[in-house]
Amino acid sequence: MLNVETAPDRAVRARSRTSESIMRILRYTLVRGVTLFITIIIGVYLAILIANMGGYVDEMRKSSLKEQIEQSLQNDEEYKLLSPAQKLQRVNEIYALREAELGLDQPFLVRSLKYLWNGLTLNFGQAEYLLSDSGSRQVRNILGERLGPTLLLMATGQLFLFFVGIFFALFLSRRYGSVLDRIVVALAPTSAAPSWFYGIFLILIFAALLGWLPFGGMIDAPPPQGTFAKVLSTLKHLILPVSSIVVSSIFLTAYYWRTFFLIYSSEDYVDMAKAKGLSGRQIERRYVLRPTLPTIITSFMMTLIGLWTGAIVLETVFNWPGIGRLTQQAVNLYDTPIIVGTTVIYAYLLALTVFALDIIYALVDPRVKLGGGGTGK
Amino acid sequence: MKAIANFFRQIKHYPSAVAGLIIIAFMVILAIYAVIAIPYSEAVRLWRGGEDVWKETPRNARPAWFNLFYKEKQSVTQIMRSTENPEVKTVVDLGNGVKTNDFVFEFDYPYDGFPTELAIFFTSTFKSARPNASVKWITPDGREIPMQDLTLRPSETYNISQDTRLTRRLGGATPHVGLFADPNNPNKVLKGTYKLVIEGLVFEEDANIEATFVVYGKLYGFAGTDHRRRDIGVALLWGAPVALSIGLVVAVGSSLATMVLAALAVWYGGWIDWIIRRINEVVMILPLLPILIMIGLFYSRNIWVIMGTTALLGIFGSGILSYRSMFLQVKTSGYIDAARAYGASNMRIIFKYLIPKVIPVLIPGFVTQIPSYVFLEATLAVLGLGDPSLPTWGKLLNDAYSRGALFNGQYYWVIEPAVLLILTGLGFAMVGFALDRIFNPRLRGL
Repeated sequence: MLNVETAPDRAVRARSRTSESIMRILRYTLVRGVTLFITIIIGVYLAILIANMGGYVDEMRKSSLKEQIEQSLQNDEEYKLLSPAQKLQRVNEIYALREAELGLDQPFLVRSLKYLWNGLTLNFGQAEYLLSDSGSRQVRNILGERLGPTLLLMATGQLFLFFVGIFFALFLSRRYGSVLDRIVVALAPTSAAPSWFYGIFLILIFAALLGWLPFGGMIDAPPPQGTFAKVLSTLKHLILPVSSIVVSSIFLTAYYWRTFFLIYSSEDYVDMAKAKGLSGRQIERRYVLRPTLPTIITSFMMTLIGLWTGAIVLETVFNWPGIGRLTQQAVNLYDTPIIVGTTVIYAYLLALTVFALDIIYALVDPRVKLGGGGTGK
Repeated sequence: MKAIANFFRQIKHYPSAVAGLIIIAFMVILAIYAVIAIPYSEAVRLWRGGEDVWKETPRNARPAWFNLFYKEKQSVTQIMRSTENPEVKTVVDLGNGVKTNDFVFEFDYPYDGFPTELAIFFTSTFKSARPNASVKWITPDGREIPMQDLTLRPSETYNISQDTRLTRRLGGATPHVGLFADPNNPNKVLKGTYKLVIEGLVFEEDANIEATFVVYGKLYGFAGTDHRRRDIGVALLWGAPVALSIGLVVAVGSSLATMVLAALAVWYGGWIDWIIRRINEVVMILPLLPILIMIGLFYSRNIWVIMGTTALLGIFGSGILSYRSMFLQVKTSGYIDAARAYGASNMRIIFKYLIPKVIPVLIPGFVTQIPSYVFLEATLAVLGLGDPSLPTWGKLLNDAYSRGALFNGQYYWVIEPAVLLILTGLGFAMVGFALDRIFNPRLRGL
């Protein structure tokens, strides 16, 4: 971070400006990436500490170990002939050996670092109750299967929100003070409710009352034949959850962004551009949208963090087969490995969202390219 | 005092804020009413009491006011208790310790739809000789239909709807239909005043019978009932104090702590500032909801434990950065230098000079935060992690959702708590937005 903040060497910049700014962007991205990764490590460690304060991670590992041992002994002819007491003794012997081997008898600090490594590599062992669609009990497989739908839903929703928000806010800033503008300002408080809440209303209107769109799920059951029909069916199922995301945040987002646009429109250089006789569209793109983007991206980051929090219930409400729905299922079944796994996955997803926005920020904020205070958001 | 008057003068200019204040006032009144009308222990009993508490209400009944919109009026549940209306009971001493305990339950039935169930719940006190009761039915056109003779246990339920002998006597119609049907047109209800007569006999000096007669309808009360026959109204009422107290306590607590921490960080700077900023970065990527889920599952579902954790994480949330930048500005003001020059202590500067300057920003901040905590409680409840002892709006939504209320057309079950939730959220958000503009004049023009 310090490297970026050093005063720019003007002579060098004059010679090779482009390569210099690419280098700066790369360096900025790298620094942010490393910082975020360290943050993730701390975050995952915290999550594991919380989970393990009641000894749950230990319990989880010990029980899965015992089960493994019992399973591997099932095929042992000699084992089958033993009496129950002998069987138990045999299992306990092997268990003690394996426990020492795996380091379960080690002090907590050492163990927690091991869990941290497992957490970071998404190695959570076996789920207690839930299975993946392909029948695997590995938490990693289950999570992997559910990741796609979640990314599809959230990425679509977030992209829609971003572009609809930008155009809507620009539109409003042009019509500042109009009836529509005042309506949006008045509706901004509606964003106090999370996306799933609007989801319930959308289901009520468009699925239950009108019957136009499905109640939930990701694809018709049974799935239609042919790729095109499948895509179409998925799109149909996407409409309501994506609309919930957009509806839940659009008014507040548009209100904030329009205010940013208005603030930047009152700068002297915008008046100057007007005086030069540039068209409204050109002024908007070059002198209003461009300088506002970094502010917008920072504000969008806050919105997205809120959206990820709501995603779990949104997926539950819409029966969307993603990580959020998995979390809810795991909560109902008390499937500890899955719950710890989803927590870590969400930490990763949040960090990746922040990282992606950081990169965009670096691309649009001239302070990063030219050096000087780019990291000080 | 003057400040408050000034505040109201200013807020008059924001119609949405006035609406918000009215909503908040309504919610506060609702909350106070709930706590007074249904004390906490009573609310818990009504909500978690078990079948015995709920048996007198119908299952999945809609609110009674739905009749305003129905052309064919549906039956509203009527509960008649002899303990509450002693005039329905007459006692005549026949000597030798034998007494009559006669009940006449007289009620109007003006609805087009049949009831869904009929039942009488007897509670009797006696030592050894069990009291007798014989039940008969008198229709508005004067027909008298004998129903059943019973020998009562201390607690006896006569489920009229499942009386097969009565069904046979009524020509095959289930009793709750047959007893109300017009003899000329068995598919129509004969409207008018019905009478249920119970002739009871007790055989001991201190023996006594009390009876409750319930005509279960399709509709019940002002809010309806759920799948376990519970009165949704209880949870609707009690949701208000729970939501308000959670929102207020967590929002005020976490914003105050954030502000103090930001002030300390800015004033002392150096490593304190550095640590607080790093913690903020970690908290930003900590997934709040999954962590709350883990705490709810592994430690405690007590709402205050979970909300406390939220507040703790909220302290280091995005708010701390904006307070920090504000304090950085204030720190360079002249009066702070002056305070330093006359030798004011650090604590004096922080609490007497730095923090008061930022308070105007704090108030709109926490008012706007309140809805997010109210909805967070609902979010947790929808995931099945609600506080086990309290009836809340979120738990209603959770029940409704898990029972497929939208799919089955029981919209009232979803809409009632949802409307209260969004009203509370909107009320605080609207006031918060207006306060933000009043206290931050920079935004006023926009």
